[in-house]
Amino acid sequence: MRAGQSLRGSELRRMEGSRFNTGQLLLVISTVILIITVVLPVAMIVYNVFFYKWSFDWSLFASMLTDPDNLAAMWNTVKISFLVTTLGTVVGLFFAWLIGRSDIPLKGLMKSLFVIPYMFPPFIGAMAWGLLLAPRSGYINKMFMALTGGRTPLFNINTLAGIVFVELCYYFPFVFIQVSGALERMDPTLEESARIAGANQMTVIRRITMPLVVPAIAAGAMLILISSLSHFGVPAILGFSNGIFTLPTKIYELIYRASGSFEGIRQGASLSILLVAVVVLALALQRRVLRTGRYDIIRGKSMRPMLIKLRGWKAPLLAVCFVFLAITVILPLFTIFGVGLLKAYGVPMKLANMTLNNFKYVLFESRMARDSIRNSFFLSITSAVITMLVGTMIAYVIVKIQPRGKGVLEVLGILPYSIPGIVLAVGVILTWSGAFYLNLYNTIWIILIAYIARYMAFSMKSASASLEQVHDSLEEASRTCGASHFESLLDVTLPLIRPGMVAGFFLIFLPAMRELTTSLLLYGPFTRTMGVAIYSINEEGYTVQACALAGVAIIIIVLGELLLRFVTRERRGQ
Amino acid sequence: MAEVRLDRITVQYGKKTAIGDFSLHVRDGECLTLLGPSPCGKTTVLRAIAGLAKLAGGDVTIGSRVVASKDRRIFIPPEKRNVGVVFQDYAVWPHMTVEANVLYPLKKRKVPREEAKEQVSDVLRQVRMADYAARMPFQLSGGQQQRVALARALVASQDVVLLDEPLTNLDANLREEMRFEIKRLQNETGVTVIYVTHDQDIALVISDRIAVMDKTGSVRQLGTPEELSRNPVDSFVYRFLGLSNFIAVEIVDGEMHVRDGSERIPFPYPVPSGMGSTSFYAACRPMDIALARAATDGGAGAGGALRGLVTRVIYLGNIYEYRVQVGDSEIRVQQDSYEAFRNGTFREGDACTLSIKNIRYYEDVEEVS
Ligand SMILES: Nc1ncnc2c1ncn2[C@@H]1O[C@H](COP(=O)(O)OP(=O)(O)OP(=O)(O)O)[C@@H](O)[C@H]1O
Ligand SMILES: [Mg+2]
Repeated sequence: MRAGQSLRGSELRRMEGSRFNTGQLLLVISTVILIITVVLPVAMIVYNVFFYKWSFDWSLFASMLTDPDNLAAMWNTVKISFLVTTLGTVVGLFFAWLIGRSDIPLKGLMKSLFVIPYMFPPFIGAMAWGLLLAPRSGYINKMFMALTGGRTPLFNINTLAGIVFVELCYYFPFVFIQVSGALERMDPTLEESARIAGANQMTVIRRITMPLVVPAIAAGAMLILISSLSHFGVPAILGFSNGIFTLPTKIYELIYRASGSFEGIRQGASLSILLVAVVVLALALQRRVLRTGRYDIIRGKSMRPMLIKLRGWKAPLLAVCFVFLAITVILPLFTIFGVGLLKAYGVPMKLANMTLNNFKYVLFESRMARDSIRNSFFLSITSAVITMLVGTMIAYVIVKIQPRGKGVLEVLGILPYSIPGIVLAVGVILTWSGAFYLNLYNTIWIILIAYIARYMAFSMKSASASLEQVHDSLEEASRTCGASHFESLLDVTLPLIRPGMVAGFFLIFLPAMRELTTSLLLYGPFTRTMGVAIYSINEEGYTVQACALAGVAIIIIVLGELLLRFVTRERRGQ
Repeated sequence: MAEVRLDRITVQYGKKTAIGDFSLHVRDGECLTLLGPSPCGKTTVLRAIAGLAKLAGGDVTIGSRVVASKDRRIFIPPEKRNVGVVFQDYAVWPHMTVEANVLYPLKKRKVPREEAKEQVSDVLRQVRMADYAARMPFQLSGGQQQRVALARALVASQDVVLLDEPLTNLDANLREEMRFEIKRLQNETGVTVIYVTHDQDIALVISDRIAVMDKTGSVRQLGTPEELSRNPVDSFVYRFLGLSNFIAVEIVDGEMHVRDGSERIPFPYPVPSGMGSTSFYAACRPMDIALARAATDGGAGAGGALRGLVTRVIYLGNIYEYRVQVGDSEIRVQQDSYEAFRNGTFREGDACTLSIKNIRYYEDVEEVS
């Protein structure tokens, strides 16, 4: 036997010059983290639905599936998301085209205004619209009834149509952002050559522009569809009072009604599986659509596109833009802050009735509100830091180390993104309230775990993007200069992706600050988040205080968004 | 200063074998060039030496140390191999100044700061980048970045430096200058240099020895530049080392004729010995052919020269290039412009005779890429 062949593992590693292999270590850690945060909750849902006391039993699932109430909720979910997706796509497309390809004035301003609804927490929007258009008490309806002298309200927001309308207001930016980006990158010479070839304006749009932006539209529409299918806040705030349920709100109701008993959670878990099935089906459908619409004509170089002259339409279309923005952004903002300043809900909005007391109350007097702000900051910052670091590590393993099973890691990381927040919360409850000798229920840590799982995809995506910019040879060069793998990571890779990591932090921090769905199932007496506090104060009927706290949340989010822009702008300037 | 020995190494990317059973011995202190078409696995060989690619078979030895061996399960990681590398895409770290880039290997080797600084400014002077020490890489041209990468590699190792096409992005003048510069640096420091390129001009100037690789990644010929130019072992090496003509000839009645002519054209040169069959190829460089006006009375006179017809004339500045039809094949002929003007240039349609020097004979003609 040759000496070399009898080497044991430890000796071999010593010969290789390191005690452990950094790459393998990172791979193992990444896999373990993803299994704990992502796989376990999903597995626990499936297990608890189909197994009872260690034996297979699918009677629960069958009974849940045949319950007419649940079927109605499912039908509502499908109807709402179909309408929101269709209308949202049309609206987003229309404005993206108007700003990207016509000579409408004030483009820069409008572009930033149109993404504002994207930052606005939809459930706060729903609260605002409830205040404006609730059948009897809504400000607009009251005004309308006073004007007409009748008793029929202008519009009842506590309906399917109302829910669709509010979700639409906050989800159309998905398509707007995607399509705007595609139009910017598109090679305008294609449009020009078609014009030169004698096609008229409509033909150019139909035959050239549209096919090229179809992939962007499909991607945006898919985002709307998934978000809307799993959305909780708007139907919860507008639908409960009128007995309208969607799958996510039904799951919440089942668990809430059973006040956290195991049976309720199992029922919720059954519906969760149904909801996930619907989402997966939608994703598969979208995938088909996407595949038929792949065109590789989007180029990197950007030229000045030919702008379509609106002529006489300029003023009316500009007015349409501003009215739309007024309705989706300004009116709800005005309502939240206006009501938040009122002495009591129901009194007319006059300066004499205004006070800062509510803000003082939520910021300094109410223990619950103050706690919620502190909790939200703690959770958002902690989860953003952890998720950003872990996500970067996983992305590093996938992009740079490329182990054999990297596809599995990739799927595991993206999985929570397509799992609705409410489902994830159910899974987290099942996993972390004693099933594995660790009961975190009612503590802030259970929320933290849920946030980490929920936002992992964001961080992985942004970290992958920045890592792909770092060419492999940069790290290899430092290896040949005498740095170990770990040192190369610290000296070369990390400094190069730091700006991306900072942006990644904010991409998690901001949505976490306005999170409602998962926190609402997971909070305990002292672990309310801002979203939960706003929601429960509002449900208890303290409308003005709820609005004040919502106002505070909006201010924090806007400040965070400005900070993010500042940070990313500085990077671009380099 | 160290020799590098590759013994039957195999490198695979997934299932694809990039280099199979590749052996090479690089002598201590020499500059050896790997010359081959793209992609024949040149970069892969360098990666195997540097420790950036794992072996699926074979051994790599640097100096007296086996740094990688599949059979003996040895793999010394790149940072412990003491090999400097200039990457094909320079890989200058964009977040460090020129000086910090070059200082980095010394920092990793824990060289005292003062000494390190001195060494860095020395090497920056050698690659003519001393004035740019404080610059960031994005403020440098491609050629300047390459010189930074070169400086960094020279600092990283006194033993072996691997250069992966380091001169491709330089303009012609700078390239000329840098290849002498590399040669000079190598002579001064005595470092072993393995140089990868697909440009035979650089290879001939810079190398002590050249290994010509074919597209399957095996070495066709290894030798000094003179040996290679004087005696290319096969048509592949012949073609790879410069512009070439191949004329199909056959032996009929003990005399050579151009094979693919519709009429029988004598090829009036001594019949080579040792050819395996009666039909083969005569190879020659365009510069080794002289043209003369054909006698007007026509006909291939006894012992007469090879005749052809000028079909195209291309003026390339200091060179005149003619395309001459001989039988069915077109032959490239190049003449020094000065010579051409003195002897009178040809025009399209002119009949001419060709006299060829340095003819080599090969059994076949291989594609180079
Ligand atoms: N990371 C990789 N993964 C898979 N295949 C690879 C990888 N790197 C190289 N190859 C393949 O290995 C073969 C040899 O590549 P290599 O880079 O060594 O060629 P090269 O001779 O350096 O070419 P060039 O002159 O273009 O630089 C090629 O067919 C290439 O496609
Ligand atoms: Mg290469």
